[in-house]
Amino acid sequence: MQQQLQQPEKGSFLSWFTTGVGRVIVALIVPIITFAILWQSFVFMRDTEAPKLLIALVALVVGVVGVWALYIGTNFFIEQLPGRVRDALRPYLFVGPAMVILGVFLIYPAIGTIYLSFFDARSESFIGVQNYAFAFVDSAMLIALRNNLLWIILVTGFTVSVGLLVAVLVDRLSQWEEAAAKSLIFMPMAISAVGASVIWSFMYFAKPITQPQIGTLNAIITGFGGEPVLFLLDKAINNFALIAIQIWLLTGFCMVILSSAVKGVPDELLEAARIDGANEFQVFFRILVPSIMPTILTVSTTVFIIVLKTFDIVYVMTNGRRDTEVVANRMFNELFRFGNSGHASALAVVLLLAVLPIIYWNLRSLREQRS
Amino acid sequence: MSAPPQTGPITVASPSRTAARRSLRDILSASSVRFVVLVLCFLWSVPTFGLFISSFRNAQAINNSGWWSTFYTSTEFTIQNYVTVLTAEGMGNAFLNSIIVTVPSVVIPITIAAFAAYAFAWLEFPGRDLFFAIVVLLLVVPLHTTLVPILRMYVGLDLNGTFLGIWLAHTGFGLPLATYLLYGYISTIPKEIMEAVVIDGATPFTTFTRMVLPLSVPAIASFAIFQFLWVWNDLLVALVFLGTNSEVSVVTRQLTELVGSKGQNWEVLTAGAFITMIVPLIVFFSLQRYFVRGMMAGSVKG
Amino acid sequence: MLRKSPFFIVVLLLSLILAACGGTQPAAEPTDAPEEAQPAEATEEEPAEPTEEEPAGDQPYAGTTVTIFGAYTEQAEVEAFEQGFVPFEEETGIDVVYEGASDFEVLIATRTEGGNPPDIAGFPQPGLMKRFADQAVDLSTVFEDGYLQQQYNQSWIDMATMPDGRIIGIWNRAIVKSLVWYSPAQFAEAGYEIPTTWEELVALSDQMVADGKVPWYAPMESGNATGWVGTDWIEDIMLRTTSVENYDNWTVPAAPEDRLLFASPEVKQAWEYIGSILLNEDYVYGGILSTLQDRFFDTGKPLLTGEAMMAKQGSYMPGWLLEDFPELTVGPNGDLNYFYFPPIDATYGSPVLTGGDVYSMYNDRPEVREVLKFLTTAQSIEPSIKAGTFIAPHTDVNMDWYDEANRGIAEILANADTVRFDGSDLMPGEVGTGTFWSGMVDYINGEDLDPILEEIDASWPAQ
Repeated sequence: MQQQLQQPEKGSFLSWFTTGVGRVIVALIVPIITFAILWQSFVFMRDTEAPKLLIALVALVVGVVGVWALYIGTNFFIEQLPGRVRDALRPYLFVGPAMVILGVFLIYPAIGTIYLSFFDARSESFIGVQNYAFAFVDSAMLIALRNNLLWIILVTGFTVSVGLLVAVLVDRLSQWEEAAAKSLIFMPMAISAVGASVIWSFMYFAKPITQPQIGTLNAIITGFGGEPVLFLLDKAINNFALIAIQIWLLTGFCMVILSSAVKGVPDELLEAARIDGANEFQVFFRILVPSIMPTILTVSTTVFIIVLKTFDIVYVMTNGRRDTEVVANRMFNELFRFGNSGHASALAVVLLLAVLPIIYWNLRSLREQRS
Repeated sequence: MSAPPQTGPITVASPSRTAARRSLRDILSASSVRFVVLVLCFLWSVPTFGLFISSFRNAQAINNSGWWSTFYTSTEFTIQNYVTVLTAEGMGNAFLNSIIVTVPSVVIPITIAAFAAYAFAWLEFPGRDLFFAIVVLLLVVPLHTTLVPILRMYVGLDLNGTFLGIWLAHTGFGLPLATYLLYGYISTIPKEIMEAVVIDGATPFTTFTRMVLPLSVPAIASFAIFQFLWVWNDLLVALVFLGTNSEVSVVTRQLTELVGSKGQNWEVLTAGAFITMIVPLIVFFSLQRYFVRGMMAGSVKG
Repeated sequence: MLRKSPFFIVVLLLSLILAACGGTQPAAEPTDAPEEAQPAEATEEEPAEPTEEEPAGDQPYAGTTVTIFGAYTEQAEVEAFEQGFVPFEEETGIDVVYEGASDFEVLIATRTEGGNPPDIAGFPQPGLMKRFADQAVDLSTVFEDGYLQQQYNQSWIDMATMPDGRIIGIWNRAIVKSLVWYSPAQFAEAGYEIPTTWEELVALSDQMVADGKVPWYAPMESGNATGWVGTDWIEDIMLRTTSVENYDNWTVPAAPEDRLLFASPEVKQAWEYIGSILLNEDYVYGGILSTLQDRFFDTGKPLLTGEAMMAKQGSYMPGWLLEDFPELTVGPNGDLNYFYFPPIDATYGSPVLTGGDVYSMYNDRPEVREVLKFLTTAQSIEPSIKAGTFIAPHTDVNMDWYDEANRGIAEILANADTVRFDGSDLMPGEVGTGTFWSGMVDYINGEDLDPILEEIDASWPAQ
């Protein structure tokens, strides 16, 4: 991108020196004052005894206007700088705040986590890679790794394909039908993990064959003359039962994002293919899917990572009993219940390592897109 | 085929749009599409519907017979579960707290992420790929491992237990996904549109505010919903950074307290799930209209 | 409250950028001394000025606030606990604030390690408390010599003492676990006698089956803690079938080589005892499926209707029923009554398995000391005792506070030959809140015992 060069240089070097310095200093004051005002309002909100509604109002104004004011103020300052410095600094106006916040809230703790993963349970003595040995050798961990693989494949596969299917199909319905269908698929996303666990424990509940079933699925199964199925206890199916919950929750997410991509595909493109004699499946796979590939990649990456981090469904429903352990749940238990920060940190690092291939894939597609 | 240079949202009417949709219906008949969608919607809403029926029954009834039995046996429905939740002490206060926590925790990360996503997609600067890789990597950092270091920092800064503290925390946790998702969208804005604006002599800042931001409304709206849901349904971050004082308790906290530490009163969760869903669903419906606008239609990419 | 200048924040942010870009230099990390002189917590608006104009002379600590953080959130329980502080608050002027959260384990770990501990924390498990021993105040420096020995029996003090001799906790509310609940009306109608030995208990169970009744109900579903109902059985049976030394070496071995393995004959035998009851489909209400899936707090309900006859649960069990049966009475003529879980081998006498809340102090201020000292008196839980839910571990308890039923439980505790704490609460978390619970679920599910026991042994942490 060359747009930075479009800004013509104003004045000669000398005139910049005489008037420029003052201008820069004045410009620097703008973001500082903005920041000072913001900070004072933060302090006000922190220490005040004012009524909640007033605080809420101040909060909203500060949250919305404040962040913008900071950007505008800083932009004003940068625009006053001499050309080359300005061009070099500009991108950092855009990424700087994000990187600072990420640095404070994620990078700094993540570095700490990597460091602690080489220490013992109480973070007191260095023990080398023992925690990683645990992560890849311990029999319970091997089950967790196996389950994670299962989760990733099934959840990512199902949510992205069902989400895409719904996104494409509802596009062909009337507006209110589309809105209704999307809302129903989306609804599970609005339910908290605890709410979801109540819903699904009643889906999966099994009563002895002699008693009436209160679980929806077992009522259907026994209604057709089957034996009650122990969805959460039977080791052959309990992982799938948990995975189904995550699919149910996340499909709405995929649908919403993929739907906006599907709508972005120009009709002319699809129409042209049809005129060329392509049938609907060819249009879908040869035209539609390739045009929204970047979005599919984005959604798959996001679901992949959400699934890697999944812990609440497992924690609430089984807490890893009966071979349903996953890495993130084990990490949570190691961290808070077992007090083994070494194990917990190593497991967090394992999760980090697991995304490396995905990052590579994303960077490659990023380069392709640019060229 | 490039769109005319425009500042502001670009909506180019496509004359062949309706025709294209109609020809689709010819081949894949609308009724079969309807059928598939109907089946999926049915599958997806049965669990929620069951909970909805259950929320009007007492614990005894829920435990003894399935929710479907209310269709063929005379069952006494009760609104007791809703009454319990809505009249619980401090519920109004908790709703207010949840809103105070959630709204800035949605707006701040989206703003910051949009700026960053634009730079990743359209500006040239050293370290761009590295920074982007870091953003994707940070998506997977489990927030549980960050709680202690952040809390230490907050204690040092006196930020602990403040709304500012929790906004910043949610901003930090939501930022990687926000940046990543918005990047995915902003990077697909056709080059032709972007270049046309540059020729007009706009600075990156004005390009961003007048051009990229309006174009990204669908992506911003969808992320806003997700971030809203996550923050609204969060319990842990609120308990850690806002504290356990009942003055600052949020709706999720209030609900778990009603349920009890051993889960004795789980039946209030049936009603609670729907009550807490109301606000996110309102947000979803009010933002939904942004999804249907074919904002980039009319300009072909690649 | 200290106000930081914007400048400070700018410097901090800059240093963080440097830290983030330049490496691991922990520029932003505050010094590691936040425990001392750390204000309670920022969330509560700590009144700089006294909240009310009280005559300061009468109340030496007027205007101060002490926060107690605990694991229970039930309204009735919290109210009874808070009520216990009313006279104390009036006398001292200290505002005692109880904050409960069901995510207690997570929060206490985060807060103590994050430098923001509560003034006092009440732990349901001493094992959990000991994890944060480094942050806790050594109570032997807080109380004069002999004071704690005067308030508690030595065994309670021992359970809160660290290997290095520091005392980090005091006990407040206790429960007794070695009880079997039944409905006196149902027993009377069928003419059943209270069993006093294991043989009699088994004979009674068989009699009930023969009479077409279901002897036991042991629902275990407890969310992510499922299994603890069964581990309580194992612990009680361990105390009845082997020596106290073995129990101690099984739960908290003095040295790694002393550890009594789960795979040892003593422990395995205890599992087989529980299997002989709970794996018998004729013995348990709803069969094994119900044991695994029914919620533990519904334990008492089938007893009231006669669908099941007996349930082994702690002294707190009737409290679970109060929501649905507010008029419930406990006692020989009440809706429910209890008997002592009978001994198995006479050589080990009449042991009692207990549980309770243990309180650690993290912020050493005069008013916090006062509150902690108050917690060492039975008076602090007088309303909880009178509500019929708890037993006092304190020596200064007034037996008149108990109702008839609870006095009997207190007497069982007082007359016990051995008192031991819930073993799973003492073991390392990996076992006590991990494989021991999940192993129990596997066992009830019908898996082979030996691999389960070996797996539990393997999960015992090395240090």
